[in-house]
Amino acid sequence: MKYLRIITLVVLSVFASCSSEVDVPSANELDGLTKIQEITNDTHTIELFSATGTLEQGHNAISLRIKSKSTNDYVKNAAITWSPLMNMTSMQHASPYSGVVKTAAKESLYNGYIVFQMAENDMEHWTLTINYTIDGVAYSANSQIRVPASAKRRVISFTGTDGKKYVMALIDPVTPKVALNDISVAVFRMESMMLFPVVDNFKVKIDPRMPSMGNHSSPNNVDLLQSASDELYHGKLSLTMTGYWKINLQLLNASNEVLKGETITDDVKASSIYFEIEF
Amino acid sequence: MKNIIFLLLLLFQTSTLLFAQEQANDSLVPKNLNEVIVIGKKSQLYQKQLKPLATIDEYLQQSGKVEMIKRGGYAWEPMINSMATERTLITIDGMRIFGACTDKMDPITSYVEVSNLSEATIISGQQGGNHGSTIGGAIDLKRNRSGFESPGWDTSLNIGYETNANQKILGTAINYVGQSFYIDTDFMHRDAGNYTAGNNQEVMFSQFTKFNFSATSGFKFTENKLVEASIIYDKAIDVGYPALPMDVSLAKALITSLKYEYVPQDSSIKNWETKVYYNTITHRMDDTKRPSVPIHMDMPGWSDTYGFYSKAKGIFENHHFVADLNSFYNRSVAEMTMYPTDPNESLMFMYTWPDVRTLYNGIFLEDNIVLKKHSSLKFTASIANQFNEVASELGLESLQIFYPDMEKSKNRLLKSVSSNFLRNHNGFEYGFGLAYGERAPSVSEAYGFYLFNSFDRYDYIGNPGLKNEKSAEANVSLSYATNKKSARISASYFHISDYIVGKPDATLSPMTIGGSGVKIYTALDYAIIFNADLNLQYAISSQLKWKGQLVYSYGKDNKKENLPFISPLRYSTALNYNTQHFSSEISVQGNAVQSQYNPFYGEDRTAEYAILNLASSYSFHVDSSKWNLRAGVENILDTYYSTFSDWNNIPRMGRNFFLNVTISY
Repeated sequence: MKYLRIITLVVLSVFASCSSEVDVPSANELDGLTKIQEITNDTHTIELFSATGTLEQGHNAISLRIKSKSTNDYVKNAAITWSPLMNMTSMQHASPYSGVVKTAAKESLYNGYIVFQMAENDMEHWTLTINYTIDGVAYSANSQIRVPASAKRRVISFTGTDGKKYVMALIDPVTPKVALNDISVAVFRMESMMLFPVVDNFKVKIDPRMPSMGNHSSPNNVDLLQSASDELYHGKLSLTMTGYWKINLQLLNASNEVLKGETITDDVKASSIYFEIEF
Repeated sequence: MKNIIFLLLLLFQTSTLLFAQEQANDSLVPKNLNEVIVIGKKSQLYQKQLKPLATIDEYLQQSGKVEMIKRGGYAWEPMINSMATERTLITIDGMRIFGACTDKMDPITSYVEVSNLSEATIISGQQGGNHGSTIGGAIDLKRNRSGFESPGWDTSLNIGYETNANQKILGTAINYVGQSFYIDTDFMHRDAGNYTAGNNQEVMFSQFTKFNFSATSGFKFTENKLVEASIIYDKAIDVGYPALPMDVSLAKALITSLKYEYVPQDSSIKNWETKVYYNTITHRMDDTKRPSVPIHMDMPGWSDTYGFYSKAKGIFENHHFVADLNSFYNRSVAEMTMYPTDPNESLMFMYTWPDVRTLYNGIFLEDNIVLKKHSSLKFTASIANQFNEVASELGLESLQIFYPDMEKSKNRLLKSVSSNFLRNHNGFEYGFGLAYGERAPSVSEAYGFYLFNSFDRYDYIGNPGLKNEKSAEANVSLSYATNKKSARISASYFHISDYIVGKPDATLSPMTIGGSGVKIYTALDYAIIFNADLNLQYAISSQLKWKGQLVYSYGKDNKKENLPFISPLRYSTALNYNTQHFSSEISVQGNAVQSQYNPFYGEDRTAEYAILNLASSYSFHVDSSKWNLRAGVENILDTYYSTFSDWNNIPRMGRNFFLNVTISY
């Protein structure tokens, strides 16, 4: 009986793939992904994906794949880098971003993240350049991308007491729950307008609060420490109910000095740096 | 270790008494030490209450073993032997019912009416473990049922009015008894406004309105087999709780059961009763009528219980035995939704009871052995399995914030044994007993999530890892009665190990705006509770009777700190005059000053008080109808007072005139 079902599924998928215009490499290749847009050049079409099908201010996990215009096949052996650029009226700057790597267990997908520390507006916008090499030949594609403002604060940039500029972005929880959530944050230092390296060995203290509930806090939160594997900062965030939470932050350097942010007390209701979560 | 010694003692007691046992005599019926409060039973006038349309709460309060925690004018919470809901067991005809309010605003007694009931049986300590596990004791509320005693129609109308709170009471009862069939129905409606404390001080938000309908119908298909179905529908709306920050917009219960009763002939089993039952409760707390609240919130709760028991009573030689197999499955859910001032913000939601499922299976055995002519020895033993599961994923994950390793479900074994010896001779009766029992933590104690207690102003967090609470108990009673006078003293001592209380955790931030902090349920090593009551009666003449009651309570934890809600010395005394048609009673009821209080639980010193009451009753016939008029004044002197068990010291009712009229056809 079970085999019958599987055979039916296989037959169905064969028919489905025959009838579609393009060659779909694998049925689950794009599971959970929605296309944001395409960037094209003479030789290739680059498809950008995210979970929501949009980009927004803050941390964005982005997947992409490259399709050859001549063969309609997806490229499986590209080496890719990208560079986002904000075109402001008076100047240009980049943003923090990761490298682009081949997605595990997928055939043609590549992924990475970009942190847009500001949103676009009528006068100013972001462009994304993708540079890639296939079989030793270098290519490049470039297009404007849409980065609207996020509803809640997911990214902050500030100057620490050490005089350096920092960018912090909230990555997880993507879908917050009334539970002990995993929280992850990326911390970058702005070395130049174009260079935002990850900061190592700092500490991020969190104090989640509900301003609407008399600044109620939650128990058993765990401050964030950097993990060697992904270079991000990980901790635990407990949310005792749904609603609007202000995640008050303090950024501490490797010698435990507070670079920015305040401890919450009865008089200090919020830190100068915080993220927002509402669910 | 303590338990072992205790069990040895119990065994010792058993063996010595068994050796003393002599020739069986099964014509004697063993006595029980239960206290029975007659409510609606057809009884002699002098037994009847002088205020028949009083609330159940007022009836129960007459017992020396029962006290009431009062949060307003309605739905008082009974305590047995100074122990409240978690440590006691209240059943309706053996049915388990669980309130749906996280703040204990709906004790089971609030879902029935006096017109539904014939009597309340109060059993102290482990002997009350018939329908489940308990520490302090049990109250079984018995339904009114005609049976097949007086065939034909029986109709009555109840009308009542009370001046204080402007309470209007209207009730009807229609009963029919046929050859093999009977049906009892009754309806009761109460509507009360705010009551006024002494000195004309209105207690705001003390109003209530309540409807209650009930029906019981039995069918006898052979002489010794009976099927009985019963239903209670109870609905209270607009109930104020002046001592609490919230009121109740709806408290609704549907309580149903189907019973099969078999009376075998020529068998050592004398009666075998099997019942299946279902009840569902909806409770909605409401703060929309309060003038200023820091944040508006909805707090509904639901409790559904499916249950079953099968109870056989029998006599074998001099053994009077009871075997009771009982099970229930309960689902308790309560939520809290808070509305932020900014309407664009998301609602704040949490489960305060995370859909907790409880499956309880227990067996209870009792053997009451008649020894010689005047004494009896009673043993009870029970063993039960209680399985709890948190069915809501959200609720489970909420609790895992506090207990990351918490499992979804938990199994507990609950044991109980008791032995009592009773001797009755020449008007003297004395008894003593030893017992051991356990209880599982309540839903709130194990799984509650930010439950605000407005008494100590702390938010409470449940603790699923709590151990079972264990009670070792000793009781004695001594009484002497003649036709003219009677005196009875009884006392119980409880040593409760792993006594469950909330302990403040200073690292936690309260959820409730304005709350003092957060308490986590935990256990004290032990606590002790002692209660003694003295009841005296003296017939001055055949028409004039005096009675008096004195109750002493004591409760300390292992650090000699006071336990909460321990009554100061309390007393009542009444002089009663009775003739065939007329009766009158004057009574005084009071408490000494409460000096044994504990601010840790939110208590403060409560001053002594005494109130004076007067009531009279007159019955007569008009044609074929029988009329009964009862009128009286409570708190004649309009004393302003509050008792040790008044939540946040809300004052009790001032002077109140009442009139109850019953017309029966």
